[in-house]
Amino acid sequence: MTIHNQDAFLSNVAAHLGRPRRMSGVERPTWSVRPQDRVFAGYSKEELVAILKKQCKAIHTDVVEVSTAQLPKALLQAIERYEGKTIIAAHDERNTTYGLEALYEQLGEKMEVHIWDAQLGEENQQIAERADIGISFSDITLAESATVTLFNHKDNGRSISLLPKSFIAIIPKSTIVPRMTQAAQQLHTSVEKGEVTPSCVSFVSGPSNSADIEMNLIVGVHGPVQATYIVVDD
Amino acid sequence: MSIKLGDRSYQERIETGIENDFMRDAVSSAQGRFRNGRITQAAELGDWEDWRQLGSEIRTHTLENLDYYLQQLSEQVAKRGGNVYFASTAEEANAYIEKVITEKNAKKIVKSKSMVTEEIGLNQQLEKMGAEVVESDLGEWILQLDEDPPSHIVTPALHKNKAQIRKTFAEKRGYNGSDSPEELAAFAREQLRKDFLSADVGITGCNFAVAESGAITLVTNEGNARMVTALPDTQITVMGMERIVPTWEDMEVLVSLLTRAAVGQKLTSYVTSYTGARLEGEIDGPEDYHLVIVDNGRSKILGTEFQSALHCIRCAACINVCPVYRHVGGHAYNSIYPGPIGAVLTPLLDGYEDHKELPYASSLCAACTEACPVKIPLHEQLIRHRQIIVEKEKKSPVTEKIMMKGFAQWASTPAAYKLSTKLARTALKPWTKEDTIKNGPGPLKGWTNVRDFPAPAKQSFRAWWKEREKGEINHDHS
Repeated sequence: MTIHNQDAFLSNVAAHLGRPRRMSGVERPTWSVRPQDRVFAGYSKEELVAILKKQCKAIHTDVVEVSTAQLPKALLQAIERYEGKTIIAAHDERNTTYGLEALYEQLGEKMEVHIWDAQLGEENQQIAERADIGISFSDITLAESATVTLFNHKDNGRSISLLPKSFIAIIPKSTIVPRMTQAAQQLHTSVEKGEVTPSCVSFVSGPSNSADIEMNLIVGVHGPVQATYIVVDD
Repeated sequence: MSIKLGDRSYQERIETGIENDFMRDAVSSAQGRFRNGRITQAAELGDWEDWRQLGSEIRTHTLENLDYYLQQLSEQVAKRGGNVYFASTAEEANAYIEKVITEKNAKKIVKSKSMVTEEIGLNQQLEKMGAEVVESDLGEWILQLDEDPPSHIVTPALHKNKAQIRKTFAEKRGYNGSDSPEELAAFAREQLRKDFLSADVGITGCNFAVAESGAITLVTNEGNARMVTALPDTQITVMGMERIVPTWEDMEVLVSLLTRAAVGQKLTSYVTSYTGARLEGEIDGPEDYHLVIVDNGRSKILGTEFQSALHCIRCAACINVCPVYRHVGGHAYNSIYPGPIGAVLTPLLDGYEDHKELPYASSLCAACTEACPVKIPLHEQLIRHRQIIVEKEKKSPVTEKIMMKGFAQWASTPAAYKLSTKLARTALKPWTKEDTIKNGPGPLKGWTNVRDFPAPAKQSFRAWWKEREKGEINHDHS
């Protein structure tokens, strides 16, 4: 694709910095401090789950912890609580691993259940728009901020966690890390290896909110208005 | 709109701010909440000074190598199917965006909150060409319906109360609900959802561009920025050229500082990092992507003693602790960048001529410098601005000149000084109440509008000293 005016613009920047243009050879220095590595360092997965659960209260998000066997039941309960009539979920191999395919099939008899299908194109967005509930698996989970990280791709559209009124995230316990530091390191390493980063990485912490009217916290603005996390002991 | 909000004088703007009781209460309560949020979250995180140090080192290194990182960013975005346009001026940026919109034959444009698009006056430009532009951040949408400029960089409609907002919604959009914030927000959700789904083009700003991979990170709470980047087929990101970090790791550090310093959150509801055009087989995200990198006066700051002002991550922590902002509010600065950082940046970006009063809109208490998460020495830069204004530009504000001139003449004549200190108490008596002056006359008006002025003592210091020498100390402080 095209890059316009790059040379003139960057030469001007270099001139103001009082040196010739730097086009290669710039290395990040070793920073004098790295406080980010010390946060929850050495914590067990159980301790991190406890931190995540506590933070869920602060971000108005319901959280339950279940075994793999209990997951379909817990998901069904969450769907019933949100009175879902139309559901959209990511096309994820973990649907099979965790036995959710059977649940979706069974639910399909009484409600609309749509698994994201890249072949259908924009219809996926339209279904997401009318869906009551969107369901995704977390790829990396940040304990500190109770954040699910979603690597969006052709089978896991951005709309799933965005357009429906309610959002349910399934969090395999193995995906839990202390904080955003570890997710950023993973992305950085992936870039260094020359891998293609996702077109969108969404760090989602609970439902949408705003304090734009008289500084009152309003939970639920443009994105989902309610959210549930199901932590699965995998 | 451009960086400058209007043509009213500094004095008029300040008077309007000071007379607006609702605004002053709202600002003072918002300041308290933001400030407490930042302090609580910083304490909970621990090692806050180390975090600030790290933030400052990352920003310093990035700005010193800005040409290198911008080149890397533009190449990465191009590799991911995006077009990159480097714009030296606001006009160039607007012209490029206009061209994209014309080529797409786009009618409706939906935006998420962006200070730099306010700075370059993009909306006015697009409206002139007949496009419908919708601001989708709740606060910005309220202001757009009401044709009012933002007064705070994080909560732009801070100066409006819910009754005013209800009235605006009713008049402009036929709203007939109550003034409960939840109901108002639900109405905005319903109204704007249609715009997200039908928009031809989405435009966002940028919190941090990640040079190593071309990702643009947006830090938001409402979900509108995700809509703007996920739904329209054409998307344009407009970024000030300094809003960049080398890697994902550095982005993370600055986001951690930003969310705490701005709103006292560990992370906002959404931190969204999107890269270029959508990939093969994807449905969400744009098929046509453009990144516009804007200079508009920033390069002139590089290599000067003000370079660190470009380290700013737009958290508004300095605004939230500023005692002057607390009293005059955002509009008094007459710039889309208010508060201490606005007083530093605005004259740099837009010249001293129209903004020479801003460096004086500070008590130099240094609360801003202390609050800044990337350690910009804001109050020192304000002092430097004052020196430059006085020494080189000879543009010190008129009020200060008269005051100083008057004081010099008055204080240099012993007789006049003696007489006036004696007479002061009597002369100011009509405005004095319990030893403080309220609603003072003439030159005191500006001061007493915002605070009480102590009434001159019954005995002047000189008289007291004289008596003290004679051993007749007066202990009466009544």
